[in-house]
Amino acid sequence: MTKNLRVKSSKLIDETYKISFKFNGRTYYGYKGDTLASALLANDIHLVGRSFKYHRPRGIMTAGSEEPNGIVQLHKNTSRTEPNVRATEIEIYEGLEASSQNCWPSVNFDIGGINNFFSPILPAGFYYKTFMWPSSFWEKYEYFIRKSAGLGKSPTEPDPDIYEHKYIHCDVLIIGAGISGIIAAKTAAKNGYKTLLVDEKPYLGGSTIYQNSEHFKINNQISSSWLEKEINEIKKIKNLEIKIRTSVAAYHGYNFLLARENLTDHIPLEQRNNKIRHRLLKIRAKKVITATGSLERPLIFDNNDRPGILLSSAIEKYANFYGVACGEKNILLTNNDSAYEAAISLYQKGINIEAIIDNREEIDSKLIKETEKNNIKVYKGYTVVDTSGYKRINKVSIMQLSKDGQKVVGPKISISCDCLGVSGGWTPAVHLFTQSGGKLKFRDEDQVFIPNIYPSDQISIGSCNGDFTLDEILSTVPKTLKEFLNLKKTDYEDLEIKSSFNKSKRNIWLLPSDKIIGKTKPFVDYQNDATAKDIKLALREGFRSIEHVKRYTTTGMGTDQGKLGNMHALGIISETAGSKMGELGTTTFRPPYTPLTFGTIVGRNVGEYFDVFRKTPIHEWHVENKAEFENVGQWKRAWYYPKNGENMHDAVQRESKAARDSAGILDASTLGKIDIQGTDASEFLNRVYTNAWSKLAIGKCRYGLMLNEDGMVYDDGVTTRLGENHYIMTTTTGGAATVLGKLEDYLQTEWPELDVYLTSVTDHYATVSVCGPNSKKIVSQVIPDLDFSDENFPHMSFKNTKIGKIKCRVMRISFTGEHSYEINIQSNYGKSVWEKCMEIGKEFNITPYGTETMHLLRAEKGFIIVGQDTDATMTPIDLQMDWIVSKKKYDFIGKRSLYRSDTIREDRKQLVGLLTENPDEVLEEGAQIVADIKKSPVEMLGHVTSSYYSPNLKKSIALGVLKGGKNMMGKKLIIPMENKQINVTVADPVFLDKENKKLNA
Amino acid sequence: MFVINCPYCGEREQSEFKAGGEAHIVRPKQPTELSDDQWAEYLFMRKNIKGIQFERWVHTHGCRKWFNVVRDTSNDLIKAVYKMGEKPPTK
Repeated sequence: MTKNLRVKSSKLIDETYKISFKFNGRTYYGYKGDTLASALLANDIHLVGRSFKYHRPRGIMTAGSEEPNGIVQLHKNTSRTEPNVRATEIEIYEGLEASSQNCWPSVNFDIGGINNFFSPILPAGFYYKTFMWPSSFWEKYEYFIRKSAGLGKSPTEPDPDIYEHKYIHCDVLIIGAGISGIIAAKTAAKNGYKTLLVDEKPYLGGSTIYQNSEHFKINNQISSSWLEKEINEIKKIKNLEIKIRTSVAAYHGYNFLLARENLTDHIPLEQRNNKIRHRLLKIRAKKVITATGSLERPLIFDNNDRPGILLSSAIEKYANFYGVACGEKNILLTNNDSAYEAAISLYQKGINIEAIIDNREEIDSKLIKETEKNNIKVYKGYTVVDTSGYKRINKVSIMQLSKDGQKVVGPKISISCDCLGVSGGWTPAVHLFTQSGGKLKFRDEDQVFIPNIYPSDQISIGSCNGDFTLDEILSTVPKTLKEFLNLKKTDYEDLEIKSSFNKSKRNIWLLPSDKIIGKTKPFVDYQNDATAKDIKLALREGFRSIEHVKRYTTTGMGTDQGKLGNMHALGIISETAGSKMGELGTTTFRPPYTPLTFGTIVGRNVGEYFDVFRKTPIHEWHVENKAEFENVGQWKRAWYYPKNGENMHDAVQRESKAARDSAGILDASTLGKIDIQGTDASEFLNRVYTNAWSKLAIGKCRYGLMLNEDGMVYDDGVTTRLGENHYIMTTTTGGAATVLGKLEDYLQTEWPELDVYLTSVTDHYATVSVCGPNSKKIVSQVIPDLDFSDENFPHMSFKNTKIGKIKCRVMRISFTGEHSYEINIQSNYGKSVWEKCMEIGKEFNITPYGTETMHLLRAEKGFIIVGQDTDATMTPIDLQMDWIVSKKKYDFIGKRSLYRSDTIREDRKQLVGLLTENPDEVLEEGAQIVADIKKSPVEMLGHVTSSYYSPNLKKSIALGVLKGGKNMMGKKLIIPMENKQINVTVADPVFLDKENKKLNA
Repeated sequence: MFVINCPYCGEREQSEFKAGGEAHIVRPKQPTELSDDQWAEYLFMRKNIKGIQFERWVHTHGCRKWFNVVRDTSNDLIKAVYKMGEKPPTK
């Protein structure tokens, strides 16, 4: 049996509601309202985990989200397992299973603990220094380092929980529901502001709510009773929304904040199904009031990390809130009055205190007097120099501090104990304030950073603003609120306050020891095992910037982000380097304040909802006919249609052959379509394309190339003149949105005088493309009323017509080099037109083909694909497409750049065809092209951009870009591969039907 | 994420907009008459100021209009918003 350390009942815990949970396989009991930490402590369990580097036994240190050591793995080996959960935050529920991390085989006997004995040879930067050489060994070292890194284990199964995102707009957001936050919420809401109050804890009232001391009174009521009434009142206010278990993770500019609302982590697993687990709140607040409170500082001395050493405020909370004694023989170590508050609370609960060790020598306050009256021994001017007890503290050694606080003097006194509370004063929680861009200032009297310059409409109040005591809070907060919220008065003007706190403090960042520092382990970052010794080493090695020291020693880089020890790290640096704290600054506080789950971040955007995708009107037909799909931009495009177990290669070969021998059919609906109208439409096209448009006859189509202003190819496509002032432009599938954006940009900003209107009509039309020698026979049956003779309907022309009663546009244009037609019809008729083509085409073996075959067919003709054969460095001249660049036009986008000194260079990479010596060998796209493999270093002349085996030419063909390629026709070059070299010859990029006979066949 | 006051639609989230670089760079009327250096000046040279910067934004997921923004790049505070063709504020 373990000990039961429950003391006088606390009204904040429901002792009638018993809950069983497991820790490291053993069953324990706690009560509703307990955190895992309070329930473990009630069972006399302090040892929870092992530290990161030295595997030292570690216990619970705090009672909040700043916890560095009490972190556990929940529900090991299940889909709901979660690492690095703070035992101080997780509320227990029936069936909770937690286990220790970073230890093997168990937390009580951990092999890694041997690192503790090696610690003299594991100083800061050990890994950087040791594993640098020989550099080729890094891969071998890495395996072992990765194995020993990390605390918990990530889940390996998909997350069964649901997460969501929600937007909230409010007038006033208040972060933190302690006494300051409650006062602010009531004041804002009662004055008509739409108010949101959030707190990370499951209850309201902060640390005041469990304050039971006669020494802190408001209007002659104990502060907790007074606050309780205020809380009951604000719960009734209609325009005030209160969210508990809601932690603000990030505070961005313009008062945009992200918070995580935790909805199910406190209920038994079997009740969680189909419930939302976490909700990410995206809050836009007109005004923000930060009331995040403050964090108690630990003290830095030799072996200050043993299980059983807690913050004094945590010991007080465990006693007052949870009714749990952290030990039976308690000692408190302090440099300020806070520990006496704890001592009085413990005394009232009947918890034994052996002694209080106070760094201050001459001190006098009501709290100290009362403590001494209760026969608690106070050692004034003393400090702890060492502790002992491997898995639980059992003794402290204390010595007297010298006058200057730099060393210890006199005899060493040992006091046995099982728990040590430390209090190093308070640090305002300014994390969110600085995230928002706020600038801090350093207050020398009590050595704290407090908010100074606010970047947005916000204010910090209460102890996060450096007002720590009850009287300071109640005199400052109402005044601040009045000004911030433009009010004449508040409800809190004539309060009668009793506060016995004496503000004196003796701040010593690193407490002196009787040993030299090299022989001590004064931990500054408890989770990452960074000691004061490491920080001093970093300074000796020349690090000066706090950001560098942080990274070198890993101080503040754990899951707790150094909430406890960062100030001491700064203090030690400033003392050692002789610089001022205010000038040194702090490290950057980055979001999130406490860790977020990945689920919270992605919300509902998982699986098929990860990203939106677009389907063509003919999509269902492709699915029914077993197409494989390819993502092009956001589109799902049919890639190829495997038949009878074909692989991709075989399917593409069959499709390509059928398209050239008889007929192929392609869903081209994804091509971007922009409707262009206006009296200046022709002039506009003249300016955006490289070729001339004014003379294009109505009913004719023309291919156009669009450049960027730097002369590089940006997009291409066929544009058709539908009427005198009416065109329809097609763009590449992926470029549709950006091309429209670019055209709008020029129209609005450079040429506002042009009368041109642009409309995206991509989704309005389905496009069915039928190609091949039999295409005319098929399409003329689909549209029997239209005259398909070459005289009436030649290549590069268009007809307005009807299929039955439905209007459609038919273009005779080709991307394959075959005689072909594109039928454009209102989207919802797309599938029926496609099916009609298939039905009529049956006798001609009409073959549906996907994007892969389309790419192969166009490569046979040497047609480029923008983005595959080009990148943002190819001009039309580089592409050997000089014919499309108008010499006559005075200007068009990119024209001037075509004769810059760089773009006229002869040795630019230029598009060429490549033929392999062995016609069956297909090159790899992306492969490098070289001339001389023996030259060192090997000169890379270019690379392969497109490569296929052509079933129509019965040989391998490729396109590539090659330095000076235009003048290298017939030259033999080499493609070096991993284990062979492939010989190629530079060729004309048009491999098939150079005379375009097929187009008119 | 900022809130941008679109001169046509009013205040909207930044995610509805796209930034379009430095404002008031006029495309030369006669590019062919410029030297390589003069053309390069127009094409490539952009200011990167810590402080007050004049820039172009477009309300992509809204009215699709381009307009100008005066933004302090050191703290992202927007000082002014005005339409294309309007004169930049002097103060």
